[in-house]
Amino acid sequence: MELEQRVIKIVSEAANVETSNVQASTNFVDDLNLDSLDMVEMMMKMEEEFGIDIPEEKTEDLKTISDVTNFLKQNAN
Amino acid sequence: MKAIFPDLEGKRILITGASRGIGREIALNLAKQKAHIIFNYRKSEEEANKLKEELIQAGAVDVTALQFDINDSDSYQDKLTNFIKETGAIEGLVNNAGVSKDQLTLRIKKEDLDFVLDTNLKSTMMLTNFLSKNFLRANNVSIVHMSSVVGLMGNASQTSYAASKAGIIGYSKSYAKELASKNIRSNVICPGFIETDMTEALSETAKEKYISQIPLGGYGSTEDVAMSCLFLLSQASRYITGEVIKVDGGLYI
Repeated sequence: MELEQRVIKIVSEAANVETSNVQASTNFVDDLNLDSLDMVEMMMKMEEEFGIDIPEEKTEDLKTISDVTNFLKQNAN
Repeated sequence: MKAIFPDLEGKRILITGASRGIGREIALNLAKQKAHIIFNYRKSEEEANKLKEELIQAGAVDVTALQFDINDSDSYQDKLTNFIKETGAIEGLVNNAGVSKDQLTLRIKKEDLDFVLDTNLKSTMMLTNFLSKNFLRANNVSIVHMSSVVGLMGNASQTSYAASKAGIIGYSKSYAKELASKNIRSNVICPGFIETDMTEALSETAKEKYISQIPLGGYGSTEDVAMSCLFLLSQASRYITGEVIKVDGGLYI
């Protein structure tokens, strides 16, 4: 599965919405109503899925699907 | 008295201060429910092995003894992380370890206050906070904090102890609100006059005075507290969070 699709899958599960409702520009808070705790849980799932460490201060900058995919591309092993 | 909570079977539950008193009784009763008990010990490996053996005899599906001091977060972070990685998420927590240092308020030194607040309140909060990420990965998490009826009603010569125990209630209620959406529950038990080493230290006059104020009469047993704890750990209490249950024979009504 493509990187973006894997991210979308995790995000749609966290927000409990269909993957078709999530695009690259989708904002976690504004579009999906995720709260801060949902965000922590979702970032933990990202860490597990992609085997990387997402520093806490970095998570504040990750607001959309494309923010996450860009971060993953830059930090992937 | 035989309550059976089938969902506790195999549930991984960490209990602090399991070596004696109420903590030991809770561990033994969790063993009878076939839970996987994780407990910490500070010094004696021999005593820890003895308790481990006892819990297995009582029916525990598994027992893990970890050497750490709840006041020293460096001493448990790696050990608990490794346990979780190798065995699976911790699904229940009983914050039971506690100390008291009764003295007149006029005589309390900063070190005494630090000792009581650090052990009873701060370490409870630190351990629970540390395990919270782990709890997000587990199902049906239940946390039980051991407070005291003194935290509700106050008691002369126990200002530090009462403050630490009241603090636990504020912490538990806030935590319950914060984590409820993830189905993580947090509740408090406030034991009253329970027969343990800690209450044994009280003077005869003090004991008599207490007992005369207890509507149900007499001391409570550690088993009375353990039964409430099992209930709160199990899914039998799945709709209860942020609650404070007194097990005090009506002492504080």
